[in-house]
Amino acid sequence: MKKGFFRILMVVLCISVLAVGCGKKNQVELNVYNWGDYIDESVLQEFEKKYNIKINYDTFTTNEDMYVKVKAGGSHYDILIPSDYMIKRMIDEGMLEKLDMSNIPNYKYIDSKFKNLEYDPNNEYSVPYMWGTVGILYNKKMVSEKPTSWKVLWDKKYAKQILMMDSQRDSIGITLKMLGYSLNSKNPDELEQAKQALIEQKPLVLAYVVDEVKDKMIAGEAALAVVWSGDAVYCIRENPDLDYVIPEEGSNLWFDAIVIPKGTQHKKEAEMFINFLCETDIAYRNADYIGYSSPHTEAVKRLPKEITSSRHAYPQEEDLKKCEVFVDLGSILKEFDRIWTEVKSH
Amino acid sequence: MKKTWAAYPYIFWIIIFTIVPMGLLIYFSITVKTPTGTIISMDNFRRFTEPIYLKVLARSLTLAAISTVCCLLLGYPAALFLSSRDLRHKNTMVLLMVLPMWMNFLLRTYAWLTLLERKGLINTLLGKIGIPPLNLLYNDFAVVLGMVYNFLPFMVLPIYSVLSKIDHSLIEAAEDLGADPLRTFLKVRLPLSLPGVMSGITMVFMPAVTTFVISRLLGGGQYTLIGNLIEQQFLTVGDWNFGSAISLMMMLIILIGMGFTSRYEKEQEGGGLW
Repeated sequence: MKKGFFRILMVVLCISVLAVGCGKKNQVELNVYNWGDYIDESVLQEFEKKYNIKINYDTFTTNEDMYVKVKAGGSHYDILIPSDYMIKRMIDEGMLEKLDMSNIPNYKYIDSKFKNLEYDPNNEYSVPYMWGTVGILYNKKMVSEKPTSWKVLWDKKYAKQILMMDSQRDSIGITLKMLGYSLNSKNPDELEQAKQALIEQKPLVLAYVVDEVKDKMIAGEAALAVVWSGDAVYCIRENPDLDYVIPEEGSNLWFDAIVIPKGTQHKKEAEMFINFLCETDIAYRNADYIGYSSPHTEAVKRLPKEITSSRHAYPQEEDLKKCEVFVDLGSILKEFDRIWTEVKSH
Repeated sequence: MKKTWAAYPYIFWIIIFTIVPMGLLIYFSITVKTPTGTIISMDNFRRFTEPIYLKVLARSLTLAAISTVCCLLLGYPAALFLSSRDLRHKNTMVLLMVLPMWMNFLLRTYAWLTLLERKGLINTLLGKIGIPPLNLLYNDFAVVLGMVYNFLPFMVLPIYSVLSKIDHSLIEAAEDLGADPLRTFLKVRLPLSLPGVMSGITMVFMPAVTTFVISRLLGGGQYTLIGNLIEQQFLTVGDWNFGSAISLMMMLIILIGMGFTSRYEKEQEGGGLW
C-alpha cells in the first residue's frame, strides 16, 4: 500500500512540473515589446484600469534584438514598436498583421507628413509613435568648439571621451555618412572603408552603450556621444551644459511605429491599445516624458513652446536636407553583422 | 524498488533540462541554414577557427586565467587565515566573506560602475589628495577586477573547507620533528590543501571564461569575450547555428579542464563545494 502511494506521488510530481504555468486566465493579457525608456509607464497602468486588460511590458535595446526574439517565436507579443527599416523587413517577411483602422479612430490625429512613408506606403501595418534623428550630444565645457562634422568623433583630442552607440545600423551608418556615402550603402568597398574607420576609432572610444549613454552624459563622464534626438532632449533638460547637433554630412532620420505581429490572440485589444496611445492626452504625456518628437498633431500643440520650437526635437527642413531614412538591406545585413563583430572584437 | 521510483522526477528533470537542450545544441551546431533548406555542415566549426574568433577565445582565456591567479593569490592566504585555530569569531568572518553573495550579482557589478567612474567615488577621493582622475573603467583592469571581486568566494571557500579538515595532529607531528612554520606549511598544509585549490580554480575559471555581463558592463561593450560572442549570436545576429557551435567548443574546453582537475582530485580526498 505504502509503495503504491509513493508511486502515485512521484507521478503526480512529474505531471505537476509539466502543468506549471498552464493556469487558466480570465483576464485578457497584452504583451507589449517596446524600446527601453520609451513610454511614460503610468500610461500603461491607466490603460489596464480603463479596459481591465493586463499589460505585460517588456523592453529591447536595438531593432535587431527585437527582430531576432520575435522571429525565433515563442514570445507571443501583441504589440511591437520597431523602426522604419525593421517594419519594412517584417512586412516583407509576412510577420505583421494588417491593422483595422476603423478600430483606431485616433489615427486621424497623426500628421499626414508621417503617413504613406516608404516603409509602409499604404498605412496598412503601422501607426507612427515617435520620430527623430541621430546626432552628436556634446558637453560644451569639454568640447572647445561646436562640432559640425562626424569627424569630431575621430579627433584624437577627445580620446577616451567618446561614447559610441552599440547598435550596428546606427554606428556603421554614421561612419558611412562621415565618409560621404549613403548610410544605406551596399557597396562592399564603402563598407570596408567604414569598417576600417571604426577600427581606427576604437582606441578613442570610451565605451559602446545604448541606454546608459544618458546617465554618462548627464554626469559629465564623456565629452561626446552618438545619440538619438529624444535622448539628447532628455539629457539637455537634466544638464544644461549639453547640446545636440546634427552634423553637416547629414544623418539618419527615423520613425518608430506601433505594429501588431502575426500570431497574436488579441488583435482587437491590441488595436484598442494603439488607439489609446493615440489619444491626445496620452500621446502628449509620452512625448513630454521621454523627450522624443511626436507625430501627433494635437499633442505637439500642447507641448511647451521651447520644445516644439527647438531644433533638437523638431528640426527644420534644412536640418533634414541631407538626412536619410534607413532602408531594409536584405541579405547585406549579414555583412553589417560581420563588420560590427569584427570592430567590437578587434 | 522504492529508490528507483524516487529517482524518476530527477531523471525527468535531467532529460528535459540537460539532455534535450544538449541535443538541440548539437543539432544547431552541425547544421547550416541555406535558402534551399537546412543542411548538415561543419561550416560553423570551421568559422570558429577564423583568426578573429580565435583572438576572442584567446582573450577570454587570458583574462579568465589572470582572474583565477589573482583569486588564488588573494584567496589562499584568506583561507589560511580563516582556518587558523586560534582565530576568534571564525564563523562571523566566514559569514562576512559570503555575505556579499546574498546580494544580486548584477547589482554588485553595477555598484563598481559608480565606484570606478571618472567622477566616481574613487576618483573623487584621489582628487582630494591631488591625484588627477584615472581611467579606471572600461579597460582590462576593470574587467579583471569585476571577475576577481565576484568570484573570490568560490576560491576561498573550497580551500577553507579543506584546510580546516586537515588533521591537526599531522601539523603537530611536523612541529615535534623540528620543522619550522614555513617548512610545515610547504610539506604538510600545502600538499594537503591542493584538492581545495584545484576545485577553487575550476570554480573561478569556468564562470570567468564564460561571463558576458562583467565584460559588457565594466568593459563598455568593447571587450568581446567568448560569452559576449555567444550572446551576440543568439540575441543580436540570430545565428543560432554558429552560437551553438561556439557554445559546444566552449564546453569542450571546459571538459578538458575538468578532466585535468578531477583526475587530480581522485588521488586525494576531494574537497570543496561540488
